[in-house]
Amino acid sequence: MSSANAHFGGLRFMRLGMLALAGGMLFGVIGGFQFLFPEFLQELLFTKTRPLHVSLVVSSIFLISIGGIYFYLPRQCNLPLFSSKSVDLHYWVFLLTGLAIIVCYLSGRFGGREYFEFPPILSLPIFLTWLLFGINYFNTARQDKEPWPVYYWMWGTGIVFFFITYAESHLYLIPYFRETMVREIMVQWKSYGALTGSWNMLVYGTGLYLATKISGCDKYARSKMAFGLYFLGLFNLMFGWAHHTYLVPSDPWIRTFAYLVSMTELYIFGKIIWDWRSSLTDWQKNRHCNAYRFLIAADIWIFVNLALALIISIPALNLFTHGTHITVAHAMGSTIGINMMILLASVFYVIREELPNEIHAKCSKQLRTGFWLSNVSLAIFFVALLLAGIGKGTYDGSSFQEMMLGIRPFLVTFTISGVTLMAGLWIILWHGFRLMGKIMAPVGVAEPQPA
Amino acid sequence: MTTLCIAFVIYSATVYTTGTAATSASPMSAEARHGQELFQDKNCIACHQFYGLGGYMGPDLTNVISKRGEAYSGAFIAAGTVSMPNFNLDTDEVSALVAYLAFVDQTGTYPPEEYKIEWNGNVSQVDDPR
Ligand code: HEC
Ligand code: HEM
Ligand code: HEM
Repeated sequence: MSSANAHFGGLRFMRLGMLALAGGMLFGVIGGFQFLFPEFLQELLFTKTRPLHVSLVVSSIFLISIGGIYFYLPRQCNLPLFSSKSVDLHYWVFLLTGLAIIVCYLSGRFGGREYFEFPPILSLPIFLTWLLFGINYFNTARQDKEPWPVYYWMWGTGIVFFFITYAESHLYLIPYFRETMVREIMVQWKSYGALTGSWNMLVYGTGLYLATKISGCDKYARSKMAFGLYFLGLFNLMFGWAHHTYLVPSDPWIRTFAYLVSMTELYIFGKIIWDWRSSLTDWQKNRHCNAYRFLIAADIWIFVNLALALIISIPALNLFTHGTHITVAHAMGSTIGINMMILLASVFYVIREELPNEIHAKCSKQLRTGFWLSNVSLAIFFVALLLAGIGKGTYDGSSFQEMMLGIRPFLVTFTISGVTLMAGLWIILWHGFRLMGKIMAPVGVAEPQPA
Repeated sequence: MTTLCIAFVIYSATVYTTGTAATSASPMSAEARHGQELFQDKNCIACHQFYGLGGYMGPDLTNVISKRGEAYSGAFIAAGTVSMPNFNLDTDEVSALVAYLAFVDQTGTYPPEEYKIEWNGNVSQVDDPR
């Protein structure tokens, strides 16, 4: 049934994303325990749990963003999808490739590149899914005769740059790249930096879309300011990546240039402080809305994480924070605090729109519990990682085991708060998953039944 | 937009070529290449880092050969420890991995030992091979 698919294909992606996130966190927790007890679950070595964790949570970022785009375009922007069959194909290829990747990890078959640790042949179907998505997206959005609001640009940019940077991350397969250590590692991180930038385009585009819809005012999404920030983001995506590799001996100008580019984000930092008061009044107005609550949490986490990001982007400080858990604090702090909070806002926005009367008192109370449990846990999780990182940053290179023993209390705190963080998010995901199922269900029931 | 995209293309081409050209490092031998493949097959990067990039369960391996020596590293790889798995590698595989680590070792120093912090927050590395 193509019209149903046009509406609900997106929701299937979002539900799959919630499942991936719920499972991915479990592997993170197992990894946390393996840091503390190396013998823990020897059958599932850290070589498997780390990629299972990272690939699953990163895929959930993609899935929930993609699902939102497939849902919002036809349902709310009056732009029927160019092809709803292609949405189905996209879904199945994604799902099957994902399962194949999980099987490879579990059976210990690796490509051995950080973050994408599966055999590179499995990247071919991934390229196919992005091709399907891109063709569908641009042909759909093209129908809009008005000048595009900024979030259409962001989504489109995210798709195009995913393609470019994901291709770039495979250049190591060519001897010219892999046989020069510095080139190999620089190009790898050039692509990863921009890859994060491109998924951020999808996520921030979604956040802006939601803010526009919740406030009911489309003006901002077409303003000069919004486009200015979009270009700043694109500029950073293209040229900011070398803050990952300040200590890799490349040509120094690459690094100095990245330093300058990263510091342009100071502008955003200042703007957040400047806008603080008006955000506060909005908060008063909308605090009963679940989606809005997640957006506010994201706002606060953007502030905290951007502060840390700017600090670790200064080469003199990066010298000490690089290669420590401070990087992990930044990495998980921003993926959870910023990306996930925005995407959960998207999930609950869809639910509010489609099932306006469905969030009953009981479920709403549980959602609030989940919200606070996950955010407070995330704060502890974040601080524990920072402290562990400071411990490692002062490591003099002698006994690695002793250093790890020294930061053990922080790693224990990290793991325990990881468990409660997971519990909080599980509560939220359970309701999100369940309620989205309800949105999809009535259509099946309403189909003509044989007598 | 067009200007930005053209700048990106030129910039990327520079990064791929002169920006990351090898300096003093000697080319990768066939044995080191085999070691690189093993390093990827066993997913060592999940626990280890080069130049501080990778997973954080184990130590950085950029300069493990010059700091600890080939024999020590080989023994570690062959036997494992409580926190590092034993991969049941044969002696050829162990020496290939050691050759790869030796190849990585000569590309630079991490963490930097001799460096100067400049007023603007930049770091100029004296032990940078460039
Ligand atoms: C499950 C995590 C894990 C994996 C996978 C792993 N290692 Fe290790 N490795 C460690 C830990 C932890 C240490 C430090 C152990 C200690 O000091 O007891 C270590 C130490 C080492 C050392 C000695 C470093 C030093 O400075 O003392 C070398 C060399 C090494 N590993 C190489 C490898 C290679 C090569 C591979 C892949 C074939 C590999 N490791 C895979 C966890 C791991
Ligand atoms: C929404 C939930 C989560 C997201 C999006 C997320 C994301 C990530 C990312 C992106 C990394 C890679 C970091 C890096 O390379 O620096 C990572 C690593 C890791 N995460 Fe999570 N994470 C989540 C939840 C958790 C939880 C609940 C735990 C439990 C303790 C956890 C434990 C870990 C561990 C142990 C690592 C590996 C650290 C290392 O050695 O590099 N994560 N996570
Ligand atoms: C939502 C936004 C962001 C996300 C999801 C994100 C994600 C990540 C991740 C996953 C890493 C880990 C890479 C690794 O394992 O080494 C990382 C590293 C880093 N990020 Fe971000 N990032 C974001 C924004 C920023 C911004 C705005 C800046 C700078 C202005 C920045 C600066 C850095 C730096 C300097 C590192 C490298 C740390 C090191 O290895 O020394 N990040 N980021």
